[in-house]
Amino acid sequence: MELPVFNSAPEASASGGCASHSCGSTDDQLGHLPEHIRAKVHNHPCYSEQAHHYFARMHVAVAPACNIQCHYCNRKYDCSNESRPGVVSEVLTPDQAVKKVMAVAANIPQMTVLGIAGPGDPLANPERTFATFRELSEKAPDIKLCVSTNGLALPESVEELSKHNIDHVTITINCVDPDVGAKIYPWIFWNNKRIMGREGAAILIEQQQKGLEMLTARGILVKVNSVMIPGVNDEHLVEVSKVVKSKGAFLHNVMPLIAEPEHGTFYGLMGQPSPSHEDLQKLQDACAGDMNMMRHCRQCRADAVGLLGEDRGQEFTMDKIEEMDIDYAAAMVKRAEVHAQIARELEEKDKARAAVAQVKAQLVSIEGGKPKAETRPVLMAVATKGGGVINEHFGHAREFLVYEASANGVRFISHRKTIPYCEGGDTCGDGESALDVTIRELAGCEVVLCSKVGYEPWGPLEAAGMQPNGEHAMEPIEEAILAVYEEMRAAGKLEPRADAAQKVA
Amino acid sequence: MALEIIESCVNCYACEPLCPNKAIYQASPHFLIDPDKCTECIGDFEDAQCASICPIEGAILDEVGTPLNPIGSLTGIPLELLAQYQAAVEATYQAALEAKTG
Repeated sequence: MELPVFNSAPEASASGGCASHSCGSTDDQLGHLPEHIRAKVHNHPCYSEQAHHYFARMHVAVAPACNIQCHYCNRKYDCSNESRPGVVSEVLTPDQAVKKVMAVAANIPQMTVLGIAGPGDPLANPERTFATFRELSEKAPDIKLCVSTNGLALPESVEELSKHNIDHVTITINCVDPDVGAKIYPWIFWNNKRIMGREGAAILIEQQQKGLEMLTARGILVKVNSVMIPGVNDEHLVEVSKVVKSKGAFLHNVMPLIAEPEHGTFYGLMGQPSPSHEDLQKLQDACAGDMNMMRHCRQCRADAVGLLGEDRGQEFTMDKIEEMDIDYAAAMVKRAEVHAQIARELEEKDKARAAVAQVKAQLVSIEGGKPKAETRPVLMAVATKGGGVINEHFGHAREFLVYEASANGVRFISHRKTIPYCEGGDTCGDGESALDVTIRELAGCEVVLCSKVGYEPWGPLEAAGMQPNGEHAMEPIEEAILAVYEEMRAAGKLEPRADAAQKVA
Repeated sequence: MALEIIESCVNCYACEPLCPNKAIYQASPHFLIDPDKCTECIGDFEDAQCASICPIEGAILDEVGTPLNPIGSLTGIPLELLAQYQAAVEATYQAALEAKTG
């Protein structure tokens, strides 16, 4: 990719004199990275909070075999309605995968990244995985290649990985202590044997750490994924974050455990709870002291296609692809144009942001740094289809992005999946309506920003302490949030004590 | 003397490249072992390779039909919980089948 580096504007937060990591910018998790790394990840939707609004990714499911068992995974599962890692609808041959990638790249020019993430472990299927990468680096050189692995076979694969234009590797590291590992991994397959329990976990941990060091030594970017499992590794992940950062990982992604009885996994059937949104955020904040954190991960399926949070896989099933006639040379020209257009758009946003920060800095110097009246942070939920603007109806949203507004600016916190109000029908399971699910998922948010919101959900949202707001349709997310926060301040709703504002609504 | 893959196989390919005799092949609806080629890995490995990586309990049987990985041996899920889950899956499947056939 020869795109200009548009994230290179001077850090607005730094020049604005704000000590907070999150000052006025939500893509700040890249802010502390060296320039050469930022240049590599600026258009990668999984690594850049900003990029994920604009660029799309896809996974191809060419790697069905796995060399370990995790307690949160059940390999029997195969369902097109489930959106979580390890789940796919059809396993592809490398040839089919290459065809699919080129068809998607031609039809969704925003697609910049191809990942192989399963449904098993890509490096436990080295021939299938590398055949796919080899052919793609030749036929579609404008696509970034990524791989996600449990790390067991990583050290032996580093040489091959470095040959294929792969500059990003994700390792899932849930622990650095074999006693913790024994509670997560019942077995591994190693040197022609199945090794159970702690002994297996110890080998896995050793291989993961060795692989991490070998990759960073070669200048390949490593992101670490960790699954937060309450009572098993939640406290331990702070230590994991420190260790992997010291070995050169550039990003840490702490994800919540997904465990339901109907998945048939060990954790699901044993009633292991998933973390609450609040506990996840607390842990992410605790780890952020040591490392760049990633909060916009959608825990995609191993065959996901499209922008993060959306899955257009059904448009690209093999039977449909066979009928498509793809002129990739022409597609590459179009793709380059689309990427350049997005780059210009982002560059303008960066400039505008820098200008705002400069004005703020001047104001601060005029006022002699007089501290503002203390205002409490507020969580706001946003309905968006991408592009960094508020452009989704309340009733159509399958997920909401949650931001925190505070005196320090706006920062992205997480995404919350839900059932769209307009598709929910009367009830879904346990007599809970789609609106109930949304209200439960958005617990803690005081404002819900969307392009439109109907009369019916308005009352229940207000009653739950969430102010629906459709006044900022098509506006950039952060600016709208700041405007609403300012309105709340002016209305006296941001007094440090939190409960007052909850009851006003 | 040969091992056998049965219908609970999920076609994950993990066993196929490990077989020292190339006895395992892809078939529909699931992978199969050529009994004329299978040696149960005797002379090559201490443990049968297919059964050592297979993630599905009960999917690989020995020559007398005994599973090499009995139920509960790989996941640690208690047998009664597993039985309840399997009954629920079966009930859901039957209900879907009935809805389909009317």
